[in-house]
Amino acid sequence: MRLPRWFHQLGSPPHVYRLADRLAPWLGTLGCALLAIGAVWGLAIAPPDYQQDEVYRIIYIHPQTAYVAMMAYVVMAIASGVGYIWRLKVAHAAAVSAAPLGAWFTFCALCTGAIWGRPTWGTYWQWGDPRIMFETLLLFQFLGYMALRSAFDDRDKADKVTAILAVVGVVNVPIIHYSVEWWNSLHQGPTIMRFGSPAMTADMLWPFLTMVLAFTLTFYWLLLRRLQAEIVEREGDARWLRELAPEGAQ
Amino acid sequence: MSEFLSMGGDGAYVWSAYGITLATLIINAWLVRVKRGHALRRARELATQTEAPRKQPKVHRVQ
Repeated sequence: MRLPRWFHQLGSPPHVYRLADRLAPWLGTLGCALLAIGAVWGLAIAPPDYQQDEVYRIIYIHPQTAYVAMMAYVVMAIASGVGYIWRLKVAHAAAVSAAPLGAWFTFCALCTGAIWGRPTWGTYWQWGDPRIMFETLLLFQFLGYMALRSAFDDRDKADKVTAILAVVGVVNVPIIHYSVEWWNSLHQGPTIMRFGSPAMTADMLWPFLTMVLAFTLTFYWLLLRRLQAEIVEREGDARWLRELAPEGAQ
Repeated sequence: MSEFLSMGGDGAYVWSAYGITLATLIINAWLVRVKRGHALRRARELATQTEAPRKQPKVHRVQ
């Protein structure tokens, strides 16, 4: 199979580092601007919910953080698979960079979910609830991935072994998504990604989608910056690193 | 304004959820900045350490 030229270039650490340098400022600026717009829109402009009144406004951050956490895992699994199959060090570096971000966003989703649960379900936490349990499992998958990495001294070996773990574990992502449909759960069903039209009116849907985009861009901004750091750590004293700007301008 | 902050009596829930999310984003931006700065500093140290002994290898041309 002939692979396109841009795919080959993605295997080159200097190329990826410079590409990240070009993309990251745009992603960061746009992501943060949309976060601010979406937050004001969701908190102040969108109408209150007919059932949950004002507390429903957590919907502009909680599903987004949970979605970004799952996306982080998918990114980690795909990067791991690509790294394993084509032996691309940059892909392994991307997988390593996605793991802590995924863990943070999963933690954030669990916290905001618990806070939302108290006024709507009457409890912060429900052991045995499928959505909560599989989301918690996702947190431990990220932490387990990082723990397993740190158990190896040899980076190449760590890359290979943790890649297998990451790829196998991706099965949890669709389970999290469908958990509210497959089992009885306290958690409400899907609002946007369901058959038919979204169960939301336009004046709530637009700030919701703005926040989805905002969190996505912010995630990729953080991922690219982390990837740059990871590449520099892995490249050591490579010649191309010396040509970088002396202070490595942000 | 106080009506906005109280969020219909659920202000504590709404604002703590937004606060935790904002904190997560700020912490992550800070962590990645520290990590990247550290990696670049380390790379520069390595570069200056290895600058002296590294020379271009001599090329012997065969006639």
